[in-house]
Amino acid sequence: MNLKRAFAIFLRQFYLMRGNPSRFVTIFVWVVVDIVIWGFMTRYLNGLNHAGFDFVPAILGAVLLWDFQTRIMHGITMACMEDSWSRNFLNIFASPVTVWEYLLGLIASSISTSMIGMAVMLLLASGFFGLNLFAYGAMALPFLFILFLSGIALGIFATGLMLRFGPAAEWLIWPMPALIAPFAGVFYPLTVLPHWMQVVAQGLPPAYVFEGIRAISSGGTAALPPLLGGLALAVLYTALAGLFFSRMHRHVVRSGQLARYSAETG
Amino acid sequence: MNALQPKGSLMSLVVSGLHKAFGTQDAVAGVSFEVNPGEIVGLLGPNGAGKTTTISMLLGVLAPDTGSVFIDGISLAEDRSAALSRTNFAAVYAALPGNMRVEENLRVFGLMYGVDNLSQRIEEAIVKFDLSRLRRKKCGTLSSGEQTRVNLAKALLNHPHLLLLDEPTASLDPSTARDIRAHIREFAGSKTGGVLWTSHNMHEVEEVCDRVLFLSHGKILLEGNPRTLAGEHRKKNLEDLFVAVAREPLSLKGQEEAA
Repeated sequence: MNLKRAFAIFLRQFYLMRGNPSRFVTIFVWVVVDIVIWGFMTRYLNGLNHAGFDFVPAILGAVLLWDFQTRIMHGITMACMEDSWSRNFLNIFASPVTVWEYLLGLIASSISTSMIGMAVMLLLASGFFGLNLFAYGAMALPFLFILFLSGIALGIFATGLMLRFGPAAEWLIWPMPALIAPFAGVFYPLTVLPHWMQVVAQGLPPAYVFEGIRAISSGGTAALPPLLGGLALAVLYTALAGLFFSRMHRHVVRSGQLARYSAETG
Repeated sequence: MNALQPKGSLMSLVVSGLHKAFGTQDAVAGVSFEVNPGEIVGLLGPNGAGKTTTISMLLGVLAPDTGSVFIDGISLAEDRSAALSRTNFAAVYAALPGNMRVEENLRVFGLMYGVDNLSQRIEEAIVKFDLSRLRRKKCGTLSSGEQTRVNLAKALLNHPHLLLLDEPTASLDPSTARDIRAHIREFAGSKTGGVLWTSHNMHEVEEVCDRVLFLSHGKILLEGNPRTLAGEHRKKNLEDLFVAVAREPLSLKGQEEAA
């Protein structure tokens, strides 16, 4: 692993960000919209609620963390799409850069953009709607780490799809978080789901995080063993996603799809 | 297979038995050749002859079905990064990202190729290719000639031991094309690396190349000195020979075998 080459991938994204303000704005504009909508929604729900349950950590906190995972994923896929849009795959993969260095560069780029988005979300959610991530206690760290890894795994998997199926795979990638959200139980406990959806949820690391958030919001504690299970799954999926990308790269190099990427010959 | 070339490790490029088929069609069928340091080799042939497929395999973006590629004595299959760090390329179909500035592209690709003293190398390249005025411009706003100069500046940043050029002067005006040829000749003259060049401009090939390989249907049909090869095959000039390769490859193959 050559860190200079991974840094080159990161630096390209930095230059692109610096070169066009619209890229910078998109880092936080959608998360701001989400926090504002769900912030007012939780305020409204708290007003209706006579039992004293606080919807802010349960709903707004969940929205913030879900957006964090989505931003991590989109940070990776957007950086990869930039290479697809500018037909740059040939330049990159004909250079000494390895697939692992490329992925590391995409991840570094995603971390930097996601941290900016996260900071803006936190400022807004805590400043205007009273969300306090410290309310989750020490569990905030494993929550964030599991979602971080899940976002990376999803992002790498999505870029593998894009490499394999060409630029049109973009349309498969954008809705991915929305497809997962119903199973992950972002807004509701998994017990409300039909059995088959609960079975699917068991395989999704974010589901363990959101169950933990709800447990803490209800005045209880998040059980550690399920969270560790979620963490193990997230680590496993990240490794599998890396292998998937590597396999897709090998496939497109063998089939000739990489050399004729925009033709979508696959 | 050993990652190091067993013999002839001073060669910029050694290609042996390269074969690639798409479905049932052979795009490249058992191509073998070498490029020496300081040598400019022209890879010629009609459209669809297998030139770009060959170059794609040399760049590691297309895996051969069989055969081997050694760049500066290092096996591309065994140690891809090390082999590719000794090469570089410019091709009309692989423009640098148009949404980055010239100097940004040079920095990013310089890092990818592990160029030492990168800032200094970028300044040298900017001066050499007369890019000072363009350094802060986005590549997508440049003319074809300017983009070719930037591509070439990027391709020479790492002092490659093998320079691959796929129609570098296509769509350039004669004056710009002449400048580009001069830069490439100067690079070859330094004897640090060899050049594999594809072009459809036979006058250019005759002027620049030390040796040419004519590809037809994925095979090397003819090989020789571009200034004498046409006469050896009873053709008036290289362009006539090119036309013959494109239209009557079998008759030329017969001549070659008889010789």
